[in-house]
Amino acid sequence: MTITQPPNWTGRSLPRVEDPAILRGLGRYVADVAARDTCMYAKFIRSPYASGRVVAISAPPGVRLYTTADLDGVGDIVAALERPDFVSTAQPILAGPVVRFVGEPIAMVLAETEAAAEDAVDQVQVEIEQLPAVLGVEQATAEGAPLVHDVEFPGDANTVVDGRIHTAGFDEVFAGAEHVVTVQVGSARQSAMPLEARASHAAYDPGTGRTTLHVTTQMPHVVRTGLADVLGIREDDLRVIAPDVGGGFGAKMALAREDVMVVLASRRLRTNVAWIETREENFMGAWHSREQVYDVEGAFDADGTLLAVRADLRCDVGAYSCYPVTYAVEPLMAMAELTGPYAVREYSVRSRAVLSNKCPIAPYRGVSRPVQVLAMERLMDVAARELDIDPVELRMHNLVHEFPHRIPSGLVLDNASHRETLAVAAEMADVDDFRRRQLAAREEGRLLGIGFSSFAERTGYGTPAFAARSVPFELKKTTAADVITPGFERVVLTMDSSAGVTVRIGASPHGQGLRTSLAQVVCDQLGVAPADVRVIHSDTDATPYGWGSFASRAMVMAGGASMLAAKDLAARLRTLASHRLGGLPGDFELVDGGALNRETGESVPLFVLARDTYHSSHLIPDKGEPVLEAVATYDPSGTFANACHVAEVEVDPATGAVAITRFLVAEDAGRLVNPAIVDGQIQGGVVQGIANALYEELIYDDRGVLVTTSLMDYLPPTLHEVPDIEIAHMKTTSPQSITGAKGVGEGGTIGAPAAVANAVSDALAHLGVQVNHLPATPHRLRTAIRAAQSHAQEAAS
Amino acid sequence: MSTTVPLRLYVNGERHDISVEPRRTLADALRDDCGLTGTHLGCEHGVCGACTILVDGKPTRACLMFAVQAEGSSIRTVEGLAPDQEELHPVQKAFWENHGLQCGFCTPGFLMLVAGQLEENPDTDEEEMRDVLSSNLCRCTGYQNILKASMAAAEEMRG
Repeated sequence: MTITQPPNWTGRSLPRVEDPAILRGLGRYVADVAARDTCMYAKFIRSPYASGRVVAISAPPGVRLYTTADLDGVGDIVAALERPDFVSTAQPILAGPVVRFVGEPIAMVLAETEAAAEDAVDQVQVEIEQLPAVLGVEQATAEGAPLVHDVEFPGDANTVVDGRIHTAGFDEVFAGAEHVVTVQVGSARQSAMPLEARASHAAYDPGTGRTTLHVTTQMPHVVRTGLADVLGIREDDLRVIAPDVGGGFGAKMALAREDVMVVLASRRLRTNVAWIETREENFMGAWHSREQVYDVEGAFDADGTLLAVRADLRCDVGAYSCYPVTYAVEPLMAMAELTGPYAVREYSVRSRAVLSNKCPIAPYRGVSRPVQVLAMERLMDVAARELDIDPVELRMHNLVHEFPHRIPSGLVLDNASHRETLAVAAEMADVDDFRRRQLAAREEGRLLGIGFSSFAERTGYGTPAFAARSVPFELKKTTAADVITPGFERVVLTMDSSAGVTVRIGASPHGQGLRTSLAQVVCDQLGVAPADVRVIHSDTDATPYGWGSFASRAMVMAGGASMLAAKDLAARLRTLASHRLGGLPGDFELVDGGALNRETGESVPLFVLARDTYHSSHLIPDKGEPVLEAVATYDPSGTFANACHVAEVEVDPATGAVAITRFLVAEDAGRLVNPAIVDGQIQGGVVQGIANALYEELIYDDRGVLVTTSLMDYLPPTLHEVPDIEIAHMKTTSPQSITGAKGVGEGGTIGAPAAVANAVSDALAHLGVQVNHLPATPHRLRTAIRAAQSHAQEAAS
Repeated sequence: MSTTVPLRLYVNGERHDISVEPRRTLADALRDDCGLTGTHLGCEHGVCGACTILVDGKPTRACLMFAVQAEGSSIRTVEGLAPDQEELHPVQKAFWENHGLQCGFCTPGFLMLVAGQLEENPDTDEEEMRDVLSSNLCRCTGYQNILKASMAAAEEMRG
C-alpha cells in the first residue's frame, strides 16, 4: 500500500460552510428570532439635547413606560482601567436626571407590536432643561468648561486619559536634528455601520427562571458577564446567543444599555421582549469612532533618517466609557503604536481621551490606527518633499528590517516584511511609468496622484497585551474587580462515537468564515474532511468562556487553540490505533479518516477508534477516559501583520471629486489558511478605509445635534466608488502564532486612508494643497483648490 | 387602535391570506405575517437595498411599499430563488463559489437584484452590472467579489 500524504486543507480557498443557509434566506439574525415569536417590543425615548436635566417624564395610562424610577437594584455600566491617569465615570442604564448626548436613552416603552411601541413613544412627554454642552476637545479642556460628568479631573477638565511617554534621549536628539517636519492630521467621526443594526430578543423561561438572550454581538460571553453584573444576577441565570450577526466591525463589542433593559423587562414581566434598533438610532446612539486630531513632529538627520517623533494625540471619546474595552482604547493604542514600522529611537508623546456631549466611542475596525498611519505616512511624504528625497526611498531607509525590534513604546515588532512589501508594492505600481502618465495628464489639465502607505497591524494579542494597558501586575486586595483584561481563547474539541468532530470555541465570528477556516486547521491535524467537522460558537451554554472576535484575533487565537486541541486529540487517536493494530503511536499517521501505520501499511478507520472509546472502553488496555475530547487555551502576546498600500487617484479640480483609479495591496498576513477569505477581509477593509478617506462623516451641529442620521446623509461607498483592488501576498510567519497565520481583519481599513490622502496630496502638490484631515470630501477639496488657485493668481498679479 | 385589512399575497408561488394594518410595509408583512425572514431590513428608508425582492419580476425595495400595494402581484423572495433543496439558483451558486458574501445580511437583497437583472437580460455586460449593483450597500465584501459573482452568474445563465 502506498502511503498518501495527509491532505492539506490549510491554504485552500474552500467555499465557506456558512454560505448555503444564508444564500437560501435561512440565516437567523436576531430580528428573525423575534419575527418568529409573539413577543413584546421595546422602543426607547431618547434625548433630543446634547446636555440637560430631565425635569419630568410622563405618559398617558395604558402606555407601559420604564424610567430610571424602575431601575432599583440595577447597577451602572462601569468600564475602567487601573492607571493613575484614568478617570472613571459611570454609564447609567437609562439617563437621568442628567442627559449627556443626543440619542441617549431616557426611558423605554413596551407594546405588543413594534408599530404599537412606536406609537407609544410618541405619547411619552419628556421635559428637559437644557444645559451647556461641550462639543470638542478644545472647548472641553478649557478652564471652567462644563463637565460632562460630575467627577474629579486631576488634570484638564473632562480629560479621562492622559498618557505620556518620553524616552531618555529624546530632548537631546530632537534639539540636535537637522530637520523637523510637522504635520497635523485628523479624522472625522465615523460609524462602523454594520448593515444589521443592533437588536436583542430576551426569552424568559418560567420553568427555570432563566432568560435566553439572542443579541447581535461579537462577544457573547462578555455580554453575559456584563449583564449579570449590572442586573445583580448570576451569569447562569442568562444564556446569551449571538445567532447570525450582520456585521460588527467593533461596534458590536460593547455592552448596550438597551440590552440591559430588554433583559430586565423580560425577567420582571416573565415574558419575551425584543428590541430592533432603527438605522437612525444606530447612527445616534450605537457608538461612534475615529474623531481624533494628532500633531506630529518628526526629527530627521541630513540623510533622511528619522531620529525622533514628538506627538500630541487628542481623541474625542464622547460621553461614556464603553464596556469592556473602555474609552482609553483609542489614545492608549495610538500612544503605543504610533511610530509603527519605522525604526525611530526617541519618542515623546502625550495622548488624551477627552469627554464631550456626543455619542460614546467604541472600537471600529482599526481603532486609532487609521489615524496613526495617516499621521506617519503624511509625515513621510511631507518629509520626502521637504528633504527632496523620493518618498519610497525615504520609507525604505527608515523601515525596520531586523527583527525582533523594540519600538520606543516598548512593543516588540516580530518577524515582518516591511521593506519587502514596500518593494513589491512599488514594483506593482511602476512609479516611473505613473510619473510619465501624471505629466502627460497634467498637460491636459487632469490631476493624477499616487500615494503609498506602509504600516504594521498588531494582531492576535492575548492577555499579556491587554494587561499592559493597566498598571497592576499581580492580584492584590486593591486590584479592582471591575477592571477587565481580555485575552485568551479556549477551544473544546470532541470526536463523537460516529467520529464526527465538534469544535466549540469561545470566539464569536460574524461574517469572517471562521467555521470554515477553523475546520481547515483541524482537518489537517486529524486527517478528516471539512464535512466531518462542525464548529460551534456564540452560545454561552455550548461554548467555553472566550472573549470573542475582534482586534484581528480570531484566526490567530481560536485557530491556535483549535490546533493545540486537535494535536492533543490526534495523539490520543494514534495511541488508540496502536492498541488496535500494534506498533507505536508514532508509527501512525491520521489520513483519509483513518489511522495509517506507515511501517506496515495497515490502517484503522477513526470510526472504529471512536467506537472503541465510547462503547468498548473496558477493552482499551490503557484504561484511558471513555471520551475523545481535548481542551486547549491559546493566549499569545501578539504579533504584527504588515502591508503596503498604494492608491492612484484622479482629482477633478472643478468639482473636487476623487476617483480612485487603482489600488494595490502588498500584504503579509503570514500563512493563509483560506486565501479567499483573507482577500475578502482585505477588500472589505480597504473599502472601509476609502470611506474613511473620502466619504463618511458623522456631523453634529453647533448645538450637539447629530445631523447625519440616515443613509442619505451618511455615505458609505457603493460599487461605483470602489476600484478593483490588486493584492500580492508575502507569508512571513512568527513564533507568536502557532498556525503561522497573522490576523488580517483590520489592515485594509488601517492602511487605505493614508494611501488615498497621500495620493490626493500628490495630485494637488503643484497647487500646494495637502490632504491631512479626512474625509477629503468634494466640498473640502474644491474649496482648498479654489483657495490655492486664487492665492496663486494674487501672487502672479 | 389600529384596524387591519385582509390581504392576499402570492409569494414564491404560494398564496398567503393575511390581515395587516394598511400602514404595514411589504417587508414587514413578508417577514412577520408570511414568516419569510430571508428579506432583511438594513435601513427602512430605501437606500441599503437589503430588502430587495422581485415584484412582478422587477427588483423592488420591500421597505418602500405598503403590503396592500402588492395585492395581486407576483412576489419572489430569496426563499423562492433556488429550484429545490439540492440545487441553488445560478446567482446563489456564483456568490458561493466567488466568496460574494461575508456576514450575509445584505446578501438576499443582492441575490434578488442580480437575479432580477439577469433573468430579464442575461447579456448584461460588466459596466451595466456595476450600475445595477451600485443600488445596494454591502459593508463587508468591498463589492469586488459581488461583481465577480454576478458576472459569473451571467455567464452561467447565458448557457
